[in-house]
Amino acid sequence: MRLQKNTLLALYSMLEFAAQPARQLSVAEIAARLRVSPHHLAKVLRALGRVRLLDSVRGARGGYRFAANARRVTLMDVIGLFEDVGARAPRARRAPRAAEQALAQVLAEIDQTARATFGSVTLDTMLKLIERRGTG
Amino acid sequence: MHQEMSAIRTRKALRADLAQVVEIDRQATGLAKPAYWTGILRRYGRGARRRFLVAEGDGRILGYIVGEVRDWEFGSPPCGWVFGLGVRPQSREAGIATAMLAAISAAFRRQGVATVRTLIARDNRLVLSFFRSQGMMAAPVIPLEKEIG
Repeated sequence: MRLQKNTLLALYSMLEFAAQPARQLSVAEIAARLRVSPHHLAKVLRALGRVRLLDSVRGARGGYRFAANARRVTLMDVIGLFEDVGARAPRARRAPRAAEQALAQVLAEIDQTARATFGSVTLDTMLKLIERRGTG
Repeated sequence: MHQEMSAIRTRKALRADLAQVVEIDRQATGLAKPAYWTGILRRYGRGARRRFLVAEGDGRILGYIVGEVRDWEFGSPPCGWVFGLGVRPQSREAGIATAMLAAISAAFRRQGVATVRTLIARDNRLVLSFFRSQGMMAAPVIPLEKEIG
Protein backbone atom coordinates (compact mmCIF):
# COMPACT_ATOMS: atom_id res chain seq x y z
CA MET A 1 0.00 0.00 0.00
CA ARG A 2 1.44 3.34 -1.01
CA LEU A 3 0.21 6.77 -0.08
CA GLN A 4 0.78 9.85 -2.18
CA LYS A 5 3.45 12.37 -1.19
CA ASN A 6 0.99 15.05 -0.07
CA THR A 7 -0.91 12.52 2.04
CA LEU A 8 2.28 11.46 3.79
CA LEU A 9 3.26 15.09 4.38
CA ALA A 10 -0.16 15.77 5.87
CA LEU A 11 0.11 12.76 8.18
CA TYR A 12 3.64 13.57 9.34
CA SER A 13 2.67 17.22 9.86
CA MET A 14 -0.42 16.32 11.89
CA LEU A 15 1.72 14.07 14.07
CA GLU A 16 4.23 16.89 14.62
CA PHE A 17 1.41 19.22 15.68
CA ALA A 18 -0.39 16.60 17.78
CA ALA A 19 2.82 15.84 19.68
CA GLN A 20 2.92 19.46 20.91
CA PRO A 21 -0.67 20.66 20.66
CA ALA A 22 -0.21 23.94 22.50
CA ARG A 23 2.68 25.07 20.35
CA GLN A 24 2.45 27.20 17.24
CA LEU A 25 4.74 25.98 14.49
CA SER A 26 5.70 27.79 11.32
CA VAL A 27 5.63 26.22 7.88
CA ALA A 28 9.42 26.62 7.74
CA GLU A 29 9.91 24.73 11.01
CA ILE A 30 7.79 21.77 9.94
CA ALA A 31 9.32 21.80 6.45
CA ALA A 32 12.81 21.64 7.95
CA ARG A 33 11.85 18.72 10.16
CA LEU A 34 10.28 16.84 7.28
CA ARG A 35 13.03 17.92 4.86
CA VAL A 36 10.64 19.22 2.21
CA SER A 37 10.14 22.52 0.47
CA PRO A 38 8.15 25.06 2.56
CA HIS A 39 6.27 26.07 -0.59
CA HIS A 40 5.03 22.54 -1.15
CA LEU A 41 4.20 21.97 2.51
CA ALA A 42 2.28 25.25 2.75
CA LYS A 43 -0.34 23.89 0.33
CA VAL A 44 -0.77 20.76 2.44
CA LEU A 45 -1.10 22.73 5.68
CA ARG A 46 -3.63 25.08 4.08
CA ALA A 47 -5.75 22.04 3.23
CA LEU A 48 -5.55 20.87 6.85
CA GLY A 49 -6.44 24.36 8.03
CA ARG A 50 -9.48 24.53 5.76
CA VAL A 51 -11.05 21.55 7.54
CA ARG A 52 -10.08 22.93 10.97
CA LEU A 53 -7.62 20.21 11.87
CA LEU A 54 -5.15 23.08 12.23
CA ASP A 55 -5.71 26.71 13.19
CA SER A 56 -3.78 29.17 11.09
CA VAL A 57 -2.18 32.17 12.74
CA ARG A 58 -1.59 35.01 10.31
CA GLY A 59 1.18 37.58 10.30
CA ALA A 60 4.96 37.72 10.16
CA ARG A 61 5.20 35.31 13.08
CA GLY A 62 2.34 33.26 11.77
CA GLY A 63 2.06 29.55 11.52
CA TYR A 64 -0.28 26.79 12.55
CA ARG A 65 -1.49 25.25 15.75
CA PHE A 66 -3.14 21.88 16.38
CA ALA A 67 -6.93 22.31 16.50
CA ALA A 68 -8.20 18.74 16.56
CA ASN A 69 -8.87 16.05 19.14
CA ALA A 70 -5.99 13.60 18.80
CA ARG A 71 -8.08 10.85 20.38
CA ARG A 72 -10.79 11.28 17.78
CA VAL A 73 -9.04 12.13 14.51
CA THR A 74 -7.99 9.00 12.64
CA LEU A 75 -5.44 8.48 9.89
CA MET A 76 -8.38 8.02 7.52
CA ASP A 77 -9.71 11.48 8.40
CA VAL A 78 -6.43 12.95 7.16
CA ILE A 79 -5.81 10.58 4.25
CA GLY A 80 -9.34 11.11 2.93
CA LEU A 81 -8.58 14.80 2.39
CA PHE A 82 -5.88 14.01 -0.13
CA GLU A 83 -6.74 10.75 -1.81
CA ASP A 84 -9.39 8.14 -2.23
CA VAL A 85 -8.26 4.92 -0.61
CA GLY A 86 -9.94 2.21 -2.56
CA ALA A 87 -10.52 3.69 -5.97
CA ARG A 88 -8.73 0.80 -7.61
CA ALA A 89 -10.47 -0.72 -10.58
CA PRO A 90 -9.08 -3.41 -12.82
CA ARG A 91 -7.72 -1.96 -16.03
CA ALA A 92 -7.37 -5.20 -17.94
CA ARG A 93 -9.79 -4.23 -20.67
CA ARG A 94 -9.23 -7.45 -22.56
CA ALA A 95 -9.94 -9.62 -19.54
CA PRO A 96 -13.21 -11.47 -19.61
CA ARG A 97 -15.89 -9.58 -17.70
CA ALA A 98 -16.34 -12.28 -15.08
CA ALA A 99 -12.59 -12.28 -14.36
CA GLU A 100 -12.66 -8.50 -14.10
CA GLN A 101 -15.50 -8.67 -11.60
CA ALA A 102 -13.81 -11.37 -9.58
CA LEU A 103 -10.58 -9.38 -9.39
CA ALA A 104 -12.53 -6.24 -8.46
CA GLN A 105 -14.11 -8.19 -5.61
CA VAL A 106 -10.70 -9.21 -4.23
CA LEU A 107 -9.32 -5.66 -4.60
CA ALA A 108 -12.40 -4.28 -2.86
CA GLU A 109 -11.71 -6.63 0.03
CA ILE A 110 -8.18 -5.26 0.34
CA ASP A 111 -9.43 -1.68 0.13
CA GLN A 112 -12.07 -2.23 2.81
CA THR A 113 -9.43 -3.62 5.14
CA ALA A 114 -7.13 -0.67 4.40
CA ARG A 115 -9.93 1.83 5.09
CA ALA A 116 -10.89 0.06 8.33
CA THR A 117 -7.27 0.04 9.46
CA PHE A 118 -6.72 3.73 8.73
CA GLY A 119 -10.09 4.52 10.27
CA SER A 120 -9.27 2.80 13.54
CA VAL A 121 -5.89 4.37 14.24
CA THR A 122 -6.13 7.79 15.87
CA LEU A 123 -3.36 10.37 15.99
CA ASP A 124 -3.09 9.67 19.72
CA THR A 125 -2.54 5.96 19.04
CA MET A 126 0.09 6.86 16.43
CA LEU A 127 1.92 9.03 18.98
CA LYS A 128 1.98 6.08 21.38
CA LEU A 129 3.29 3.83 18.60
CA ILE A 130 6.02 6.33 17.78
CA GLU A 131 6.97 6.56 21.44
CA ARG A 132 7.18 2.78 21.74
CA ARG A 133 9.39 2.61 18.66
CA GLY A 134 11.56 5.34 20.14
CA THR A 135 12.00 7.06 16.81
CA GLY A 136 10.01 10.20 17.67
CA MET B 1 -18.75 13.85 27.97
CA HIS B 2 -17.85 11.28 30.58
CA GLN B 3 -18.86 11.40 34.19
CA GLU B 4 -16.40 11.74 37.03
CA MET B 5 -16.40 8.66 39.17
CA SER B 6 -14.83 7.01 42.15
CA ALA B 7 -12.37 4.10 41.91
CA ILE B 8 -13.15 1.42 39.37
CA ARG B 9 -12.95 -2.20 40.49
CA THR B 10 -12.89 -5.18 38.13
CA ARG B 11 -14.18 -8.52 39.35
CA LYS B 12 -15.86 -11.69 38.13
CA ALA B 13 -19.41 -11.23 36.94
CA LEU B 14 -22.24 -12.46 39.15
CA ARG B 15 -25.83 -13.39 38.38
CA ALA B 16 -26.95 -10.15 40.08
CA ASP B 17 -24.94 -8.16 37.48
CA LEU B 18 -26.65 -9.65 34.44
CA ALA B 19 -29.50 -7.14 34.11
CA GLN B 20 -27.00 -4.27 33.95
CA VAL B 21 -24.75 -6.14 31.51
CA VAL B 22 -27.75 -6.82 29.27
CA GLU B 23 -28.61 -3.12 29.36
CA ILE B 24 -25.06 -2.00 28.51
CA ASP B 25 -25.01 -4.46 25.60
CA ARG B 26 -28.45 -3.27 24.46
CA GLN B 27 -27.29 0.33 24.44
CA ALA B 28 -24.41 -0.62 22.12
CA THR B 29 -26.16 -3.11 19.83
CA GLY B 30 -29.82 -2.16 20.04
CA LEU B 31 -30.73 -5.71 21.08
CA ALA B 32 -31.49 -7.00 24.58
CA LYS B 33 -30.21 -10.58 24.86
CA PRO B 34 -30.87 -11.83 28.42
CA ALA B 35 -30.78 -15.54 27.46
CA TYR B 36 -27.44 -15.07 25.70
CA TRP B 37 -25.88 -13.37 28.73
CA THR B 38 -27.26 -16.01 31.09
CA GLY B 39 -25.48 -18.58 28.91
CA ILE B 40 -22.28 -16.53 28.91
CA LEU B 41 -22.32 -16.37 32.71
CA ARG B 42 -22.89 -20.14 32.91
CA ARG B 43 -20.04 -20.92 30.50
CA TYR B 44 -17.55 -18.12 31.21
CA GLY B 45 -18.33 -17.10 34.79
CA ARG B 46 -16.05 -19.77 36.26
CA GLY B 47 -12.91 -21.67 35.39
CA ALA B 48 -9.33 -20.51 35.07
CA ARG B 49 -9.26 -20.26 31.28
CA ARG B 50 -12.55 -18.45 30.79
CA ARG B 51 -13.28 -14.97 32.04
CA PHE B 52 -16.44 -12.89 32.31
CA LEU B 53 -15.46 -9.74 34.20
CA VAL B 54 -17.30 -6.58 35.08
CA ALA B 55 -16.11 -3.12 36.09
CA GLU B 56 -17.87 -1.65 39.07
CA GLY B 57 -17.88 1.96 40.21
CA ASP B 58 -20.28 4.30 41.95
CA GLY B 59 -22.22 1.23 43.11
CA ARG B 60 -23.13 0.00 39.65
CA ILE B 61 -21.80 -1.99 36.73
CA LEU B 62 -20.01 0.29 34.26
CA GLY B 63 -18.77 -2.28 31.78
CA TYR B 64 -18.05 -5.91 30.99
CA ILE B 65 -15.45 -7.97 29.17
CA VAL B 66 -15.55 -11.64 28.13
CA GLY B 67 -12.81 -13.88 26.85
CA GLU B 68 -11.03 -17.19 27.06
CA VAL B 69 -7.76 -18.95 26.34
CA ARG B 70 -7.95 -20.91 23.08
CA ASP B 71 -5.43 -23.56 22.16
CA TRP B 72 -3.89 -24.48 18.85
CA GLU B 73 -6.54 -23.09 16.52
CA PHE B 74 -5.15 -23.99 13.10
CA GLY B 75 -1.77 -24.45 14.74
CA SER B 76 -1.80 -21.12 16.57
CA PRO B 77 -0.16 -21.41 20.03
CA PRO B 78 -2.46 -20.86 23.03
CA CYS B 79 -3.68 -17.32 23.04
CA GLY B 80 -6.16 -15.17 24.95
CA TRP B 81 -9.27 -14.15 23.02
CA VAL B 82 -11.52 -11.24 23.94
CA PHE B 83 -14.89 -11.58 22.25
CA GLY B 84 -17.09 -9.19 24.20
CA LEU B 85 -16.54 -5.70 25.55
CA GLY B 86 -18.97 -2.97 26.54
CA VAL B 87 -18.95 0.24 28.58
CA ARG B 88 -21.87 2.47 29.56
CA PRO B 89 -21.91 5.35 27.05
CA GLN B 90 -21.88 7.99 29.80
CA SER B 91 -18.88 6.29 31.45
CA ARG B 92 -16.61 6.20 28.41
CA GLU B 93 -13.15 7.77 28.29
CA ALA B 94 -12.68 7.12 31.99
CA GLY B 95 -10.29 4.20 31.69
CA ILE B 96 -12.92 1.50 32.30
CA ALA B 97 -12.25 -0.57 29.18
CA THR B 98 -8.51 -0.12 29.74
CA ALA B 99 -8.83 -1.47 33.29
CA MET B 100 -10.94 -4.44 32.14
CA LEU B 101 -8.55 -5.31 29.30
CA ALA B 102 -5.63 -5.13 31.75
CA ALA B 103 -7.49 -7.43 34.18
CA ILE B 104 -8.39 -10.05 31.58
CA SER B 105 -4.88 -9.88 30.08
CA ALA B 106 -3.42 -10.53 33.53
CA ALA B 107 -5.72 -13.54 33.90
CA PHE B 108 -4.60 -14.85 30.49
CA ARG B 109 -0.97 -14.31 31.43
CA ARG B 110 -1.47 -16.41 34.55
CA GLN B 111 -2.57 -19.19 32.21
CA GLY B 112 0.75 -18.97 30.44
CA VAL B 113 -0.27 -17.14 27.27
CA ALA B 114 1.64 -14.18 25.92
CA THR B 115 -0.78 -12.86 23.30
CA VAL B 116 -4.27 -11.45 23.41
CA ARG B 117 -6.47 -11.28 20.31
CA THR B 118 -9.85 -10.06 19.34
CA LEU B 119 -12.11 -9.96 16.28
CA ILE B 120 -14.20 -6.88 15.53
CA ALA B 121 -16.41 -5.80 12.66
CA ARG B 122 -14.41 -3.37 10.55
CA ASP B 123 -17.16 -0.74 10.75
CA ASN B 124 -17.09 -0.79 14.57
CA ARG B 125 -14.75 2.18 14.80
CA LEU B 126 -15.34 2.84 18.48
CA VAL B 127 -14.22 -0.57 19.72
CA LEU B 128 -11.59 -0.97 17.00
CA SER B 129 -10.03 2.38 17.95
CA PHE B 130 -10.04 1.39 21.60
CA PHE B 131 -8.10 -1.83 20.97
CA ARG B 132 -5.72 0.06 18.69
CA SER B 133 -5.13 2.60 21.45
CA GLN B 134 -4.10 -0.30 23.67
CA GLY B 135 -1.31 -1.20 21.28
CA MET B 136 -3.10 -4.03 19.47
CA MET B 137 -2.06 -4.51 15.85
CA ALA B 138 -3.34 -6.71 13.03
CA ALA B 139 -2.92 -10.39 13.92
CA PRO B 140 -1.30 -12.79 11.45
CA VAL B 141 -4.71 -14.29 10.68
CA ILE B 142 -7.41 -13.48 8.15
CA PRO B 143 -11.06 -13.85 9.11
CA LEU B 144 -13.09 -15.54 6.39
CA GLU B 145 -16.78 -16.28 5.98
CA LYS B 146 -19.26 -17.64 3.46
CA GLU B 147 -23.01 -17.54 3.06
CA ILE B 148 -24.32 -21.04 3.76
CA GLY B 149 -28.00 -20.28 4.25
